[in-house]
Amino acid sequence: MSDATIELRNLRTYFPIRGGVVRAVDDVSFSVKRGKVLGLVGESGSGKSVTGFSIVRLVDPPGQIAGGSILFQGHDLARLSEAEMRGLRGSRIAMIFQDPMMTLNPVLRIDTQMIETVLAHDRVSHAEARARCRDALGQVGIASPEERLRAYPHQFSGGMRQRVAIAISMLHRPDLIIADEPTTALDVTIQAQILFEVQKLVATFGTALIWITHDLSVVAGLADDIAVMYAGRIVEAGAVGDVLNNPAHPYTHGLLASVPGRNRRGTRLRQIPGMTPSLLDPEPGCAFRTRCFRADPMCSADPPVIQPAAGRTARCFFPIQDVVA
Amino acid sequence: MSAMIELRGVSRHFGPTPDIAARLTARAFAAIGKPARDTTVRAIDAVDLTIARGEVVGVVGESGCGKSTLGRIAAGILAPTAGTVLWQGRDIVMLSAGETRAARLRTQMIFQNPYASLNPRLRIETIVGEAPRVHGLIPPGGFSDYVDAQLRRAGLDPAYKRRYPHQFSGGQRQRIGIARALAVRPDILVCDEAVAALDVSIQAQIINLFMDLREELGLTYLFISHDLGIVEHIADRVVILYLGRVVEEAGCEEIFARANHPYTRALLAEVPRIAGGKKAFAGIKGEIPSPIDPPSGCHFHPRCPHALRRCAFEIPTLREIAPGHRSACHLNS
Repeated sequence: MSDATIELRNLRTYFPIRGGVVRAVDDVSFSVKRGKVLGLVGESGSGKSVTGFSIVRLVDPPGQIAGGSILFQGHDLARLSEAEMRGLRGSRIAMIFQDPMMTLNPVLRIDTQMIETVLAHDRVSHAEARARCRDALGQVGIASPEERLRAYPHQFSGGMRQRVAIAISMLHRPDLIIADEPTTALDVTIQAQILFEVQKLVATFGTALIWITHDLSVVAGLADDIAVMYAGRIVEAGAVGDVLNNPAHPYTHGLLASVPGRNRRGTRLRQIPGMTPSLLDPEPGCAFRTRCFRADPMCSADPPVIQPAAGRTARCFFPIQDVVA
Repeated sequence: MSAMIELRGVSRHFGPTPDIAARLTARAFAAIGKPARDTTVRAIDAVDLTIARGEVVGVVGESGCGKSTLGRIAAGILAPTAGTVLWQGRDIVMLSAGETRAARLRTQMIFQNPYASLNPRLRIETIVGEAPRVHGLIPPGGFSDYVDAQLRRAGLDPAYKRRYPHQFSGGQRQRIGIARALAVRPDILVCDEAVAALDVSIQAQIINLFMDLREELGLTYLFISHDLGIVEHIADRVVILYLGRVVEEAGCEEIFARANHPYTRALLAEVPRIAGGKKAFAGIKGEIPSPIDPPSGCHFHPRCPHALRRCAFEIPTLREIAPGHRSACHLNS
C-alpha cells in the first residue's frame, strides 16, 4: 500500500531494564491514508503512547525500536539519521500532547514559540513568519489572534492552550499529525470545540491523523478507522463503525460493555475482571487470556491474526462469531 | 424519605483576607465614591440542595463550576460563607461538639486522585483501621478481623494489608480509599470525581462496587462528576451547576429525556456517544467565564444561543417547570 501516509510494519519498541525487557510495543502494524483519521485506543500501559512516540522517534532511553519498519510516505523512519529525522519532525510530522501546559514554554510569549517553529524549517522573513502564526491561530478559532500572539501561556485557559498547540502543529501543513490524548484534560464543551477544529483542519488540508485516546466515544465520532491495543499489541482493527457495532475480540467487547451509556441505567455494568498484566517479560500466548470469558488452554499459544470480515483483523483464537454473520 | 443533608442558600466565597493596606485602600476608594476591585471567587452562590436518605444525587458541571466546593461543604470539611447546612434536619452549627463529630463521621469522602489521597508512608491496615480504632468502633482485640472485613468488602485481598500504597494499581488504591471511608460506618458517601482517573474497565468495576454497597449498606451518595454517562447510570437525581449556581435539577430520566435549560441541552449534545457513528462536532461558543468576574444576570447568557435582553441583567430564579423538575431560565416565563 504505497498510498498510505504512514504505515507501521511489525513495530517493536522494547525497554530493557534491570529486571528484564518491557515489551511496550510488540508487533504493531497499521496504516493511515491521506485525510483519514485512525483512532488508536487502549487503557493506560497498553503501549498506545509509546507507539506514537516511536513514529517520531522520541522514545526515551532505555527504550529502543527493536524491530519492524515505520514507513512514512514510503521512507523508513527507523533508518533515518537523527539530522534527517529533525528535518521531518515539526514540519512533515507533528505531534500534539495531552497537557498543553507542559508543552508550551511558560516563560516565552506565544509569538516567540510559534515563530521559532516556523523559522526552524522555512527560510522566511520574521514578518512573514509572524503573519503565518497569526493565520494559524485564527484557523483554530482563537479570537483576535494579533493580540493573543503577545500573550504568555498562563494567560490562556486549558482549551485555548490546546488550540495554540494544535495551531503550532499545523504551521507547516504536516502530512501526519499524532495527537496523544489531546482532549482528555478538557471539559466536554471545550473538547467538542477542539474536535470541531481538528475535523475541519483534517478535511481542509488532507492531513493523516492518529488520535491516541482511551475514550471510545470520542473515536466513534471522530475516526474513520480504529485500532484497539492491549498489552503492547493491536488486538483488533478495522473501520470504526464495524468494530464498535460488532466487536470480534473479547477485549473490545468487554471494553464496550463497560461503558455506562450502553448499559441499562442502574443495572450492574459488565466489567472485565482483573487488571492489565505487566509488560515485563510477558509469557507467550494471548495477554488477555486471564481476564477473558472465552479463554481456553489453547490461548497459551500466540493467537493468530485472523480476518473476521473484509477489512478487519483480530488477534484471537475464539473471535465472537456473530461478527461474520 | 427524610432529608439526610439539606443545604439552604449556601454560598462559599474565597478571597484574600484583607490586611491593613487593603482595608485602607478600600476606605480610600469608598471616600471618592468608587468601588474597590473585588477579587473574591464566588465558588458557590446561594445553592439549595436536598439529599434524601438512600438517594444518589449526581452533581454535574464543568471545571471551575464549584462542584468540588459543594461536595466539601456537604461533607462538612468546609464551612459555608453564608447559608445553613442541615444534618438530618438540624442546623450543624447548633450541634454540640460530640454531635458534630458524629455527624462528620457519618459523612465520608472518596477523592479523585487515588495517588494523592493515601498516605504513602502508612501500611494499608493503618490507613483503613486507624479511624475506626480512634473512634472506638473496633472491639478490643478485633483490629485485624475488622480490617480484613473492610478490605474484603471493598474487593481487596486481606493478605495485602501489610503493603504500602505504592504497591497497588490505581483501581486497587481507589478500593483502599473506599474501604477507608466505609470503615467508620458512614451513612453518606461524597464521591468527588471518584472514577475520573481510572481506565474504562476499572471504572466499571468501581461503579459496580458503589452500586453493590448501596444495596448492602443502604448508603446515600452525593456523586460529583463531569462525566454525564456515569451520572446517568448511577444517579436518581441530577443537579447541573454552572459557575456556582444550580441551573437545573430533575430526576435522572427526566433530565436526560427533557432537559430544559439551554446549558444542560448543550452539555448533553456535546457528550460523545459510541452509538451514532461519525458526527460533526459543533461545541458551545466561548469558554466558561472566570468566577472572579462572572457575567451579570444569568451567568450563561454570553454563551447562550437563546439569550434575551433581560438575561443580561436579571438573575433567573430556580422554578419548578414540571413535578420534581426545576430550571433557572427566563425562557420559561
